[in-house]
Parts: sequence; C-alpha cells; structure tokens
Amino acid sequence: MEPKIETKSLSFYYGVKQALRNVTLAIKEHQITALIGPSGCGKSTFLRCLNRMNETIPKTRMEGEVLLDGKNIYSPGEDMVEVRKRVGMVFQQPNPFPKSIFGNVIFGPTMLGINHKARLEGIAERSLRAAALWDEVKDDWKKKSGVSLSGGQQQRLCIARVLAVNPEVILMDEPCSALDPLATLKIEELMQQLKMQYTIVVVTHNMQQAARVSDWTGFFLMGEMVEYGPTKVIFTNPQDRRTEDYITGRFG
Amino acid sequence: MPRESFDHKLRLLQDELLVMGSMVGKAIARAIEALKDRNLEMARQVIANDLKINEKRYKIEDNCLELLATQQPMAGDLRVIVAVLSIITDLERIADHAEGIAKIVLMLGDEPPLKPLIDVPRMATKIDDMLRRSLTAFIESDTEAAKKISAEDDEIDNLYDQIYRELLLFMLQDPRTISRATYLLWVGHNLERMADRVTNICERVVFMVSGRIEEMNVSKY
Repeated sequence: MEPKIETKSLSFYYGVKQALRNVTLAIKEHQITALIGPSGCGKSTFLRCLNRMNETIPKTRMEGEVLLDGKNIYSPGEDMVEVRKRVGMVFQQPNPFPKSIFGNVIFGPTMLGINHKARLEGIAERSLRAAALWDEVKDDWKKKSGVSLSGGQQQRLCIARVLAVNPEVILMDEPCSALDPLATLKIEELMQQLKMQYTIVVVTHNMQQAARVSDWTGFFLMGEMVEYGPTKVIFTNPQDRRTEDYITGRFG
Repeated sequence: MPRESFDHKLRLLQDELLVMGSMVGKAIARAIEALKDRNLEMARQVIANDLKINEKRYKIEDNCLELLATQQPMAGDLRVIVAVLSIITDLERIADHAEGIAKIVLMLGDEPPLKPLIDVPRMATKIDDMLRRSLTAFIESDTEAAKKISAEDDEIDNLYDQIYRELLLFMLQDPRTISRATYLLWVGHNLERMADRVTNICERVVFMVSGRIEEMNVSKY
C-alpha cells in the first residue's frame, strides 16, 4: 500500500538550531501513527511540517520533502490553503471560536465559499456526529457558545471543525494533555472510529496513550527518528536500545 | 464509550481461550476413542494436533502480551489477562496429557486388549465435562461453579484408585499382563493429572473475580 504521507530526508532549522535531522518516514493510510519522545525531540516540529504550519515562523528553514499521496506539498505550485484543508490539525489547547457550536463547525466550509444554509447544517450535523458530540449538543447547538462547553467537548468540537472541511489526514498535537482521564478516553475512542475514514498522526507526551491508540509508533530523540514500527513491536520488543530506555522509563 | 476497543479486545481474548478449550476437549475425547478402538491413525492425529494447540497457546500469549504492553490494564482487567495467561498454560498441559495417552496407544500397538475399558472412558468423560464447565465459569465469572467443579476432583481420584486396584489385580493374577496393565495405569495417571489442571483453572476463576489466590482442592496424588 502506498503511504498517505511520506517524508524524505526532512530537516528543519530554527535559525541555526537544527530541530529535525533527515527524517524519512512513511505514514500509512487509515492508520493511527503516534510520535513519541522527550520534550524538544522534534516531534511537534515534524507534525507541523506535514501541513506547512511551520512556514509562518520567521527565521526557519526546511530541507527535504513531504509527499502527500506522492506529491510534494512544498512544491512551488502547491496551494498552502488547499494543503491545510486536506491535512487538518487539532491542537493541545481546545481553541473554539467565540461563536455558537454551529458557527464553529461551519467556519471552514464558509471560508471555502459554501453559504447554502441547509447544506451548512448538513455538514455541521454530520461533523458533530462524527466527532461524537452530536448527542450532547443537538438541543441547542445553534445558540450555545462553543466556549461554554467542557474541555473535552471543546476538543471534540475542534475535531468536528476539522472534519467539516473534509480532510484526508488529521494531525493531532497533544490533543488530550489539557483533558481529564475520562475526556481523554473519549477522544481516544473517537480516534479509533475516525481512522476508518481518515489517516491520523498524533504527537503525544503520554507514552501510554501512544500505546493504547496507535497502530504505528515513531520514537524521536534530539531531532532524529530513532525507531519506527508497529506499536505492538515498539512496546514489546523495540530494536533500538534508546527506544527501550525511553519506554521503560530509564531514559537519561 | 470509553475503552470500547479495549473491551472488545478483552472479549476476543476470552473467545480465543474458549476455542483453545474446545480444541483440548476434542484432544481428550479422541485420545480415549483411539485407545478404546485401538485406532493408531487417530492416535497419530491427536499427536499432530497437539502442535496446533501449542500454536494457539502462543498466539493467545502474544495477544496478552500486547494488551499488557499497550493498554495498561488495571484491577479486574489486569486479573483477566493474568488469569488467561495462567489458564492457557494449564490447557496446554492438559493437551500434552492427551498426547501422552495417544502415544501410549501407539506403544500398545495391536496387543490384545486387557479388558473392556469402562472406568478409563468414564474418567475422561468426567474430565471433559469439568473442563467445559470450568471455562464457562471463567466466562461467567462464576466462583461458586468453580469451587464446585474443583471439589469434583475427588471423584476423579476415586476412579483412579479403582483403576489402580483393578490393574494391580490383573498383574498379580497373570504377570503376562504387566506390560499392558502398566500402560493403562499411565493412561489413568495422565487423566488424573488433567483433572488437577482443571482445578488450577477453577482457582484462576476465583482469582479473577476476587483477587485472592487460594488452593481449592489438594489432590491426593
């Protein structure tokens, strides 16, 4: 099977500091890939390279390629907005807009020029259902503000907002680190449902979460991707001593 | 919704255990049938199938390892997985005893039967029944049933006693039967060991439910 996203010799620099070193990685479609590693290992930088999020940061430089369905998303002809539509992102802190739940979900489609009301409602309902939020908000989703939801609900709202523009890949940067354990488990369960339709890449500090949710795991250390393989293998029989040290808590 | 996929994997694990249990039950029944009918071909099949049972055990063990490593099971979930790990060892050993009986069938070859077999098949049927019920008790978390089944080990011990005394009599009366009688005694011993393993399974059911590890029935053998 062709990878959904592939990086080739990806290096990234913040000024003179090199944050990623020649990362070559193939991410499989309809699978959950988790990226783990200590703080500052480059995993979030790597994730942000996958939908051109780092471009807006001044004094940064990237080398190598990121291929989405075999095409380099950094080619001169590629439209950044189109890339971000196809590769959506969910952040650490839920960041709903100060609008109604409905207003939040249709934000993307509206920006893309859809303004037919019934169609927007359909998109919103479908997205909220897919994000496992519909049942909790269906009675007042048009009036209630997105900001008034609980943290876990806000994060699912942000996922619904990403789903509303029909992405192919969803990037998640520490999506549960601001949530309580139960809300975390709900998001994890949601991820299992979403992977049927989408390809998911998740960065997490929480090694146990990576173990629970992912099919593939990549271990990053000091900008280098040390090991990448099926999650089961990484957590039961890693091949690199550094991976073993990290996942058994003997790191450093 | 939380942990739906983990719960699903736990259920699959239990299903796999039942499949292994039925493979083992079949091995016992076939080994005894081979003995009764002097069916060497069937005995060979039992021996060959033991490899499949071993493979099944490794597969389940591998699944347990994966769940332990990736799902951080706690409390009741943890005990289920630990119980499964223990039970598959017992099941594999029970199957080894069935294989042992099949090997005895091959050693007996076409020597004439010593006597019509009555208590040996009775023992085997009883064990198969205990095994089946112990796995049901596991699935249903039924500690009462588990305790009851392990108490039935005494019946197996009594049958074994009976077989032992009867065979001893044969050997005393006619030393030419010693070889065949000894083989049959080994069959009895294999069956008796199976029942002890079923008791182990019952202990694991109690452990899984209550968290207590307790010896339930100390066999006299």
